[in-house]
Amino acid sequence: MNYGTKMASGIEPGAELLRIENISLSFGGVKALTDVSFDIQRGEVRAIIGPNGAGKSSMLNVINGFYHPQVGEVWYCGEKRKGIKPHQIAHQGIARTFQNIALFKGMSTLDNIMTGRSTHMSANMLSQAIWRGAAEKEEIKNRRYVEEIIDFLEIQSIRKTPVGRLPYGLQKRVELGRALAAEPVLLLLDEPMAGMNVEEKEDMSRFILDVQSEFGTTIAIIEHDMGVVMDISDRLVVLDYGKKIGDGTPEEIRNNQAVIDAYLGVPHE
Amino acid sequence: MFYRQAGDFKTTYRDDIQTFPLKQDRWGYYIVLAIAFLVVPFFINDYWTSAVMLPFLIYAIASLGLNILTGYCGQVSLGTGGFLAVGAYACYKIMTAFPDLNIFIVVLLSGVITAAVGMLFGIPSLRIKGFYLAVATLAAQFFLVWLFNKVPWFYNNSASGQISAPERSMFGFAVTGPNADAPVRYLFCLTFLVLLAWVARNLTRGRLGRSWMAIRDMDIAAEIIGVNPLKSKLSAFAVSSFFIGVAGALFFSVYLGAVEVGEAFGITQSFLVLFMIIIGGLGSIFGSFAGAAFLVLVPVLLKNIMVNWLGWPTDIAVHIEFMVVGGLIVLFLIAEPHGLAQLWRLAKDKFLLWPFPH
Amino acid sequence: MSPDVLYTIEVILNGLMAGVMYSLVALGFVLIFKASGIFNYAQGVMALFAAMTLVGIQNGQVPFSHLINAIFGTHIHHFGWQLPAIVAILLTVVVMIIFAILVERLVLKHLVNQEPIILFMATIGLAYFMEGFGDLMWGSEIKTLDVGLPQGASLALEEYTLKWAAEGSEYYGMYLDKLDMVAALVALALVITLSLFSQYTKTGRALRAVADDHQAALSVGISLRKIWVITWCIAGVVAMVAGVMWGSKSGVQFSLSLIALKALPVLILGGFTSIPGAIIGGLIIGVGEKLFEYSIGPLIGGATENWFAYVLALFFLVFRPQGLFGDKIIERV
Repeated sequence: MNYGTKMASGIEPGAELLRIENISLSFGGVKALTDVSFDIQRGEVRAIIGPNGAGKSSMLNVINGFYHPQVGEVWYCGEKRKGIKPHQIAHQGIARTFQNIALFKGMSTLDNIMTGRSTHMSANMLSQAIWRGAAEKEEIKNRRYVEEIIDFLEIQSIRKTPVGRLPYGLQKRVELGRALAAEPVLLLLDEPMAGMNVEEKEDMSRFILDVQSEFGTTIAIIEHDMGVVMDISDRLVVLDYGKKIGDGTPEEIRNNQAVIDAYLGVPHE
Repeated sequence: MFYRQAGDFKTTYRDDIQTFPLKQDRWGYYIVLAIAFLVVPFFINDYWTSAVMLPFLIYAIASLGLNILTGYCGQVSLGTGGFLAVGAYACYKIMTAFPDLNIFIVVLLSGVITAAVGMLFGIPSLRIKGFYLAVATLAAQFFLVWLFNKVPWFYNNSASGQISAPERSMFGFAVTGPNADAPVRYLFCLTFLVLLAWVARNLTRGRLGRSWMAIRDMDIAAEIIGVNPLKSKLSAFAVSSFFIGVAGALFFSVYLGAVEVGEAFGITQSFLVLFMIIIGGLGSIFGSFAGAAFLVLVPVLLKNIMVNWLGWPTDIAVHIEFMVVGGLIVLFLIAEPHGLAQLWRLAKDKFLLWPFPH
Repeated sequence: MSPDVLYTIEVILNGLMAGVMYSLVALGFVLIFKASGIFNYAQGVMALFAAMTLVGIQNGQVPFSHLINAIFGTHIHHFGWQLPAIVAILLTVVVMIIFAILVERLVLKHLVNQEPIILFMATIGLAYFMEGFGDLMWGSEIKTLDVGLPQGASLALEEYTLKWAAEGSEYYGMYLDKLDMVAALVALALVITLSLFSQYTKTGRALRAVADDHQAALSVGISLRKIWVITWCIAGVVAMVAGVMWGSKSGVQFSLSLIALKALPVLILGGFTSIPGAIIGGLIIGVGEKLFEYSIGPLIGGATENWFAYVLALFFLVFRPQGLFGDKIIERV
């Protein structure tokens, strides 16, 4: 059990895990997010949807601490977050995948996923230099966990292949593996199915639902395919031009006039 | 035929992550080690020691160091010459301040001091990357050389401004100074190389090594999945500078015996070591060895052909050496950016499958 | 005015002049970086090579004479003629153009789409090659370069400024090198020509298009390879100008390529893509190092010019990584 799991241990399924409060974010003069608030409950699949440029990826970047909003607060596990770095947030149990694959191209599948395990490893430099003993033990222990993920994602055969050589769909899967290796409390997925065919999308959806049920992981997902999103998510947030225009279950969103307008392109007043 | 993966099953993760997973490779490694320690010392003479063996061993250590920083962690440094100088002057100061301290310890301490200096100059890497950082490391190069040249404390106020190594011995054999024998000097450097190569291998295959490579391949993603960029980059600078400091200490005390900082540790040294890891293979332990061997041997070879055999003047040989080395760098970057190490890997893969083409 | 103030002004002026020289080299870097994203480490060696070639051609030296003599046992060195400076300069331009074409054919073409750092290291290799090649072609001894530029101190200025100092104080007038002043004028002319060229000619527009966006430039039918050859030609000519200035000042020798290394910190200050930045960065470095050496140098042993520029750049990088004129970098994922 690492720091992140411990931190979230008091939060029951269905209780609030993360809360975004009145977030506003801008770059120079460009407003990316304006006064956005919503929450994510433990154990749910929470989708963030919206047209291109709505600020969805910026939202994920705020959640994992890469962007610092000018206004607003982020509450995680009942604590207000202040001024911490992205790698510290990873240690609190938030992992993610990226819209444009951000794998470590020079490393093998195995090494990529092992890197995702960084937050669970702590052998000091000296013992790593000598290897025998603590470092080796830790390496083998974590390798065992990584092999479970490799089994789960059915990528045994590409274990030692450099990821730069893998086809797109497999790279996406390895990236998911790298995020899962952290045993995250909250998993952020940024368009995990972009550019996939129907079959690959089905596989990916199954993995996502399996992750939720098997590991109890809370998932926040950005996805453009409405069919998939409506099927797999418990609740949705809809953003448009950096503002929240809808929040609720798939059923509620389907009947939300503002959302329908945004997607059908009613001109802004 | 004898070189096969088949039948060599791995039943534990420990077996799977060892350095030489192939039985034949493992044996090859033991044989090379045995020859290096037990056979070579009886056959080398002074010429081979000072022209080939010592430079190779010492540059291999420096290449390992720079490869950790540049090849594994992706931070290009042009300050290697400066850090070699730190190692050399640290060694000199410790040798003269504590005459009774074992020379082995002295060299290690020189590495530790260089590691500290390296971390200091590594701080800008937290904000800048690529050739911006390369330019920043030039500051280390020029400032350090100037410092050792201008502050008399570093060379104990000697009139010539040079530093020279007094005699120190281990197990009764002189290692440094004019009375040190070729085989002793060779074995002393070889011991350091083998030890440090082993350490480099261990560090690069574990968590730290992966965090370096993650920073190299995609620093932002690395930070977001939990790699601390501060720790990774500074540890790379520290480890790398430690290696280079040890190399500098050996370069001064065991190899040259006396140095003048501007001559011995100028910017050309920085480039030479950088070239070694490019030609040898960025991000490869074997590559560090191969690159060092290659660039130590090429000039010796060229000089032997052109000066001793064809009878040309030495300056022409030097000019042609520059052209050959520069040309090889460009050629390697175009044809095989992963260097000799990759060629070696490809050859081994072919051999594994032989006689079948695929 | 007291002599101290006058001295300081003199140091600043001399710094500005030295800065112009750095700017000249930095200009070549910027041109290539804008057009091809390549950080051309060889720019300094190109200046050296151009200067060597110029001296060689002017004095009628036989290229590769040392090598030929070594192989055939002959004793040839000179053709025995002396060319006028202008002819030698034109011939050197031709050599630099041939060089640019060869670099594009043999090196750049094969390195398209590589990472910038790989390209950077390739230009280091190129620099090594050229250094050896230049020495082999023209010999490595220090040469004097004389294309008829005025040399020595400006006496008129010295006499004129003598009057400024207070009566009776020890002051001998301001020392400024005539050559430095010429260099400043040449640099100014060069920058004006280059900006006119890039604003008002078709090739200039294509150059700017490529600098903005390679893909977009390709899609409107601009040939990248042609543009690269042109930029390397221009950079070669700029290198020649820098080489001539430096060479006239301190002789044509290897240290020329090391001085050129100082263009790197200049670029850090001025930014890699800005021609005015290169000029201003050069001036700042020039003035900064002269003032530092004048005021603090004597206290710490002197020769601080060796490292001042780099250390200044280093501090700069830590506090303002984007340079003086660059925009704040926003990183994305």
